[in-house]
Amino acid sequence: MTITSVETDYDSLTVTLIADFDHPIDQVWELWSDPRKLERWWGPPGYPATVEKHALTPGGEVTYSMIGPEGDQHRGMWRVTSVDPPTSLQFTDTFADSYGAPLEDAPVSEISIRLLEHDGGTRMVMRMTFETREDMKRIADLGTIEGLRQGVGQMDGLLAP
Amino acid sequence: MVVDEVPAEVVDAVFRALADSTRRDILRRCAADQPSVSRLARAYPMSFAAVQKHVAMLERAGLVVKVRRGREQLVHTDAAAVERARQALNDLAATWLGRVERMSDVLATEATK
Repeated sequence: MTITSVETDYDSLTVTLIADFDHPIDQVWELWSDPRKLERWWGPPGYPATVEKHALTPGGEVTYSMIGPEGDQHRGMWRVTSVDPPTSLQFTDTFADSYGAPLEDAPVSEISIRLLEHDGGTRMVMRMTFETREDMKRIADLGTIEGLRQGVGQMDGLLAP
Repeated sequence: MVVDEVPAEVVDAVFRALADSTRRDILRRCAADQPSVSRLARAYPMSFAAVQKHVAMLERAGLVVKVRRGREQLVHTDAAAVERARQALNDLAATWLGRVERMSDVLATEATK
């Protein structure tokens, strides 16, 4: 796997990431479409995720929970905007209460995934945007909890020569 | 993160202030140096009033501070404040880099099954 680029754009409040995998497109799609696979990578290290509802259809919901090292539970949900297997998926991601319903005041991010065949493998283009800068800030605050900090360590590992 | 202690409206002002290329350029200039507002104004193809407005936005967001020296107002970038804002977006990018690495791990384990 290679990270081709990661861009952060203050003007449009967007993070764009391009990654190339050696695996065929169907296998990369299964990382999203198979809930048992999805829960193995969605949550940060130390926050095992469980995917509950998983309806990859327009208007469908995907709900998940993550248990932190202190036994703290974090819940979230996606609402699927559009889906076209195995090449595209769009959804909004937000935080949920203990019943899996979206929290009213929670920040919402829009995520768009595109997969395409590339160099005998698969290229994944991920775009994440925020409705408001306040949404971005609130998500970023959560990005500093212990578990997500390790993501930064992983980034260093990935970018090391 | 220190941003937690900052009121939401201030953080919003920070991102609004950063979302403009002239203001980002002003931040760069005022980090390296401590120019007066009038010297800054000469660096851009716009009116003094327009540059002054940009500086005022940056000041409200806490990204620059103005220091009076004699009859001049010197502008200086608060490097820590700029860094906190950048960190917010970088943290998100890092979250996704972590996810992609784990996706790769899942694919690798599948292949050996």
